[in-house]
Amino acid sequence: MTVLLALCGGLGAACRFALDGAVRARWPSRFPWGILLVNALGSLLLGFLTGLVAGGADARWRLVLGVGFCGGFTTFSTAMTDTVRLVRERAWRLAAGNLVGTLATTVLAAACGYGIADLL
Amino acid sequence: MTAAHRDPRLLLLVAAGGTVGTLLRWAASEVVPAAGAFPLATLAVNLAGSFVLGFLLEELLRRGAETPALRRWRLGLGTGVCGGLTTWSSFAVELERLLSGGSAGTALGYAAASLAGGLLAVAAGVALAARRAR
Repeated sequence: MTVLLALCGGLGAACRFALDGAVRARWPSRFPWGILLVNALGSLLLGFLTGLVAGGADARWRLVLGVGFCGGFTTFSTAMTDTVRLVRERAWRLAAGNLVGTLATTVLAAACGYGIADLL
Repeated sequence: MTAAHRDPRLLLLVAAGGTVGTLLRWAASEVVPAAGAFPLATLAVNLAGSFVLGFLLEELLRRGAETPALRRWRLGLGTGVCGGLTTWSSFAVELERLLSGGSAGTALGYAAASLAGGLLAVAAGVALAARRAR
């Protein structure tokens, strides 16, 4: 189970790299839209899985897809280094927007995911 | 030249790093003691990963224009290991669960410790790399 969880984390990281790269290529910007999208999608999925398990689903789903895939897919360290980069460029509003925007969007996404699982 | 995010070898490198990072995060969740409702394990990996990524990116930046070898370090260790070690989804779901469970105070403390701590950890990593370069 641990090996499967770790491999899913690797898959998640590769998906993050591919999706972020695609977003950057398509919509070049100083603001890290790609990572925001990744973190929102991963929070939505983990919220959904958490809701499913709370509703009685097999906890291994949450372990492999949640801790593994969602954990590998989403990133805290890049969001922090991006924010520090914006601060160093004196782009204060973008830095604050990234921090507060990511926090609000992802907590909302997690609540939506949990709510959807609750409805099923 | 193929874009980095479409190069199969670089995707594989990121996946390998992400596997290692995920394994470390899982191990941390097993060894970091539970602190009541406070998600200490997630906070620990997020701060550690932010410090390492801050250090790595500054260290690489100070070596000048990115060569293919430096890019492999950035993608394998940074995007892969640090990205896989740290998690935003657990952070968001833990906050949401604390808020919906009526523990707004714990949620606020957790969010503040993570965000302020994360920024400070990056700054500390950057400062360490800058000091090494002197």
